[in-house]
Amino acid sequence: MSRLKIDTPNRAQLTVERLYKDLERHIVASPPGLCPVDLQLSFLKLCHAQTCGKCVPCRIGLGQLQNLMEDVLEGRADLKTLDLIEETANHITDSADCAIGYEAAHMVLAGLRGFKEDYLHHIEHGKCSYHITQPVPCVALCPAGVDIPGYIALVGEERYADAVKLIRKDNPFPTACALICEHPCEARCRRNMIDSSVNIRGLKRMAVDNARADRVPVPQKAPSTGKRVAIIGGGPGGLSAAYYLELMGHHAVVFEAHKRLGGMLRYGIPSYRFPRERLQEDIDAILSTGVEVHRSTRIGNGEGEIPFERLRREYDAVYIAIGAHTDKKIGIEGEDSRGVISAVEMLRNIGEEKMPDFRDKTVIVIGGGNVAMDCTRSAIRLGAKKVGIAYRRRQDDMTALPEEVEGAIAEGAELYTLKAPERIEADENGNVTALWVQPQIIGPIDAWGRARPVQANLPLQRIPCDVVVVAIGQGIATRHFEESGLAVKKGTIEAMSDSEVKEIPGVYAGGDCVTGPATVIRAIAAGKVAAANIDEYLGYHHAISCDVEIPQVRYDDKHPCGRVQLSEDEAGRRKRNFDAFECGMTKEEACQEAARCLRCDHYGYGILKGGRAAIW
Amino acid sequence: MVNLTIDGFSCSVPEGTTVMKAAAGLGIDIPHLCYLEGINEISACKVCVVELQGKVKLITACNNKVEEGMVIFTNSPKVRAVRRTNVELILSQHDCHCATCVRSGNCSLQKLSNDLGIVEVPFKKEVMDLPWNQEFPLIRDFKKCIKCMRCVQICENVQQMKVWDVQNTGSRTTVDVSLNRTIEESGCTLCGQCITHCPTGALRERNDIQKAFDVLADPGLVTVVQVAPAVRTAWGEEMGLTKEEATEGRMAAALKRIGFDYVFDTNFAADLTIMEEGSELLKRLEEPEKYRWPMFTSCCPAWVTFIRDNWPDYRSNLSTAKSPQQMFGAAVKSYFAEKKGIEADRIRCISVMPCVAKKGEAEQPSMKNRDGLADVDIVLTTRELVRMIKAEHINPRVLKEVPFDDLMGESSGAGVIFGVTGGVMEAALRTAWAAVEGKNPEADAFVPVRGSDGRREADFVLGGRTLKTCTVSGLGNARKLMEDIRDKKVSYDFVEVMSCPGGCVGGGGQPIHDGLELARERGEELYELDRERPLRFSHENGQVQALYREYFECPLSHKSHGLLHVEQ
Repeated sequence: MSRLKIDTPNRAQLTVERLYKDLERHIVASPPGLCPVDLQLSFLKLCHAQTCGKCVPCRIGLGQLQNLMEDVLEGRADLKTLDLIEETANHITDSADCAIGYEAAHMVLAGLRGFKEDYLHHIEHGKCSYHITQPVPCVALCPAGVDIPGYIALVGEERYADAVKLIRKDNPFPTACALICEHPCEARCRRNMIDSSVNIRGLKRMAVDNARADRVPVPQKAPSTGKRVAIIGGGPGGLSAAYYLELMGHHAVVFEAHKRLGGMLRYGIPSYRFPRERLQEDIDAILSTGVEVHRSTRIGNGEGEIPFERLRREYDAVYIAIGAHTDKKIGIEGEDSRGVISAVEMLRNIGEEKMPDFRDKTVIVIGGGNVAMDCTRSAIRLGAKKVGIAYRRRQDDMTALPEEVEGAIAEGAELYTLKAPERIEADENGNVTALWVQPQIIGPIDAWGRARPVQANLPLQRIPCDVVVVAIGQGIATRHFEESGLAVKKGTIEAMSDSEVKEIPGVYAGGDCVTGPATVIRAIAAGKVAAANIDEYLGYHHAISCDVEIPQVRYDDKHPCGRVQLSEDEAGRRKRNFDAFECGMTKEEACQEAARCLRCDHYGYGILKGGRAAIW
Repeated sequence: MVNLTIDGFSCSVPEGTTVMKAAAGLGIDIPHLCYLEGINEISACKVCVVELQGKVKLITACNNKVEEGMVIFTNSPKVRAVRRTNVELILSQHDCHCATCVRSGNCSLQKLSNDLGIVEVPFKKEVMDLPWNQEFPLIRDFKKCIKCMRCVQICENVQQMKVWDVQNTGSRTTVDVSLNRTIEESGCTLCGQCITHCPTGALRERNDIQKAFDVLADPGLVTVVQVAPAVRTAWGEEMGLTKEEATEGRMAAALKRIGFDYVFDTNFAADLTIMEEGSELLKRLEEPEKYRWPMFTSCCPAWVTFIRDNWPDYRSNLSTAKSPQQMFGAAVKSYFAEKKGIEADRIRCISVMPCVAKKGEAEQPSMKNRDGLADVDIVLTTRELVRMIKAEHINPRVLKEVPFDDLMGESSGAGVIFGVTGGVMEAALRTAWAAVEGKNPEADAFVPVRGSDGRREADFVLGGRTLKTCTVSGLGNARKLMEDIRDKKVSYDFVEVMSCPGGCVGGGGQPIHDGLELARERGEELYELDRERPLRFSHENGQVQALYREYFECPLSHKSHGLLHVEQ
């Protein structure tokens, strides 16, 4: 008789394993706007199915919680029901043996706190307060609401210029977004339910690579209204507003502090990610509408500067889109040493083609965001001997896109994770010689689900280096605007969700200077919102539209199919120069990838509720 | 052209044709439920599924377009089974108490289920309900809603009022008033288009038949009924009468048989309205600087509500004249009461309207006389009239035609066409022209205002000046009109708006024929009645002339201001 045997999973177990994966992908693709109480009930049901059945609070309690939540959803509950749910969940938390029980109850309690209004709405009105507003998940998650299924279908038919025109209806930076958008649209792509999200950015890239933005004519402008709008800042937000205002017949006048247009697209993002000539394609298309530009022109009270008040007097409306271009100090000893440079300064110099000399130097970048990665990878390209990234948390906690971190590592960057910068050491001449860091231990998880680093019981470490790049965030040059009477809160200009600045009629603000440093697509969306509301403010109701006909859906069955990924030039070669290294799709790849789109504009709720907003 | 095969038959249809349409061209009617051409093509019910050769997944015929070489099967074993399951699933959530449903016999779900031979449903019955104010003129019965979304679409896309929306998500998804409002808060104009486009009994007007029977049964009361112009074009439809049978005379006879003491015609009040509103237009034209332009008609209560709620700055553009229904009621309880020597508070004025908004209009506080008596006591829709006739087991075919009663029964052709888009405009122009020029125009001089487009413009020369008119039907078109007026893209002198597409003939209180829009045919019938009338001008209506002579003196008199006008 053998005593032990090797367990091999049977078919049922294997199937369940696969179903777990399926469910995970289903959850990933959950559309925004679902009833949270209903979802919570469903989660609870799943948790209940996981119970082993031994302990009372879990075996029975989770079931009774479901009954009570069912009462809420069916209009049978009152406020006492809520109390009972809370009390019961608390008792389960306090007495369940294992995590299956107490974590399930935790989720219920979190929901009770997080969307209590919706519980109350169900109880008081017998219905849910949530609505699915934009039914097409990718469009819903694109801040600018670009017609994604539409342009994917156009790319699938190789109608690249039409795709560019359609993108431009909501976003005048098709090239920028094709190359560097963080693509929030892909996060909840319904295709996840089958296999994985469509490579939306890659398909957009296919469009702009085959129909360059500066060669796709912009739409015809509305007749001139004679109105003039001043736009402070020639970055993606300001230029987006300018583009739409010009199309509406208003004259947009952009004031740009730097020598060249593009804002952070030029002065923040290195050219290996976004080649300058590609940026110029978008800018040229935008300027072809007739936007007037004053470069190297600052708004302020200094010499040669134009006071904000004058713009208010001389223009019918003003849009402030100054971005976040000032650097943040880290506040450690030795920060003033020679060789310490801020990320903003470094990337701005590169943008102005004033390349820092990092040859044979050791560079340490402080920070874990995308800007830190940009600095790291630029430093490598500038010939640094060694480049390291010092970060307080773990690699997983970095806010940079994972592919950016991986790219930096592939190009040879060293990660110093769980190392909190303590002080910068300099020699007698004031030149940086090392960064001293305090090792950390990863600790408790905060309310946002992020693990907090805690000082480890280890001595300080010395990382020898010649250059320290501080990439811990950017600030906003708000002073002049604050002095001009605009409200500034936590370093950002205060504006309402429609971009209006409260109590200052005709003044609008948006983008990074309102939200703090964010993504290009959010700046573009802010510009679009501002243009629409400035148009209303000026007494007009212009509608931006696009007459491109969208291809009809295909009837092919949707079999699982892998996602086409964009390839990159090999790390060893690309790290030697600032050339773009990401390669676009082939036609074959693009057609296959486009066909993976499930056309949520046609199938599902999309067809009922604005699968396509033809005008805005 | 695209070539394809459906159920073994080849056909060639223009590009962009749906499978449903292509099949219809071959005489194959693919069963469907939520589909409403041009309005709701969302494939929600999945009843119109068909099999596309070579594909595993079925496609819906209503909203998918033909492709070259397609081979379609509309009744393969798979299609048949799936379609049946889907109908059974719908039935599992539908309150199937057909015997007490206003739509029994005219319900698309009932017919579909019968046609498919479904006699039992294998699923558990799960009927969802939510509370509703049963006093509101528009009633929603959640238990009968099949979530086809037609009401959402018609309200959002045709009428552009967005009263309805999808409510809740997941398994509890239903249709309810949008934005978490109650129906009272929603700005619903009561146009009733959601009712006439509902495939089941989920939407209907408040049933006021019993109120009518109650007053009829009270020997102390005098009942006076008026019938709106558009009702006569449609009442026979649900009675199974031909157009030749469903005459005005038989309708009057049926009302007499039901027991109304006096059977009058709203057309009379339409002529009266023309006298008041036409005179108002001329008065405004005399002193144009004192008024806001254009002047809007005020006959359609849904339109008046629309302006009041959405464009309050334009309230004074509305004519102060009450609608014909209300003028009629006001005249009955004053002029008629005096002439007949009946105390006004013993009179019950009942109106039969092609409209749900009229129920709301009659209940408004401003629609009362100085003694607090409502002009109109009970408003019935055309559908309710038909139900009353049926309830009274009256066979109209065997009834002898009778005329409307005297005093307020005569009407001109101008009054008749009040029920069709452009009719009020045309009637007003006939009389206004005569007043300015001192002689009657050709009765058909103003036909350019007619037509089926949602918005029509026509200019006429009146007393040496050009009168710019615009005629609109459908609230979506009305919204666009208002935006254009606001943006100064257009300017008019006189604008007629009827909220229902095609005018009252297509009203929300009219008989329902799923998938058919009958406004145009019914409108033609009104034009025919106009042509046949010996009188074509409101100002020549002898009974209206008598009413002025004996009671109101002249249009816009002090008395008429008190009874026939309101502050807008």
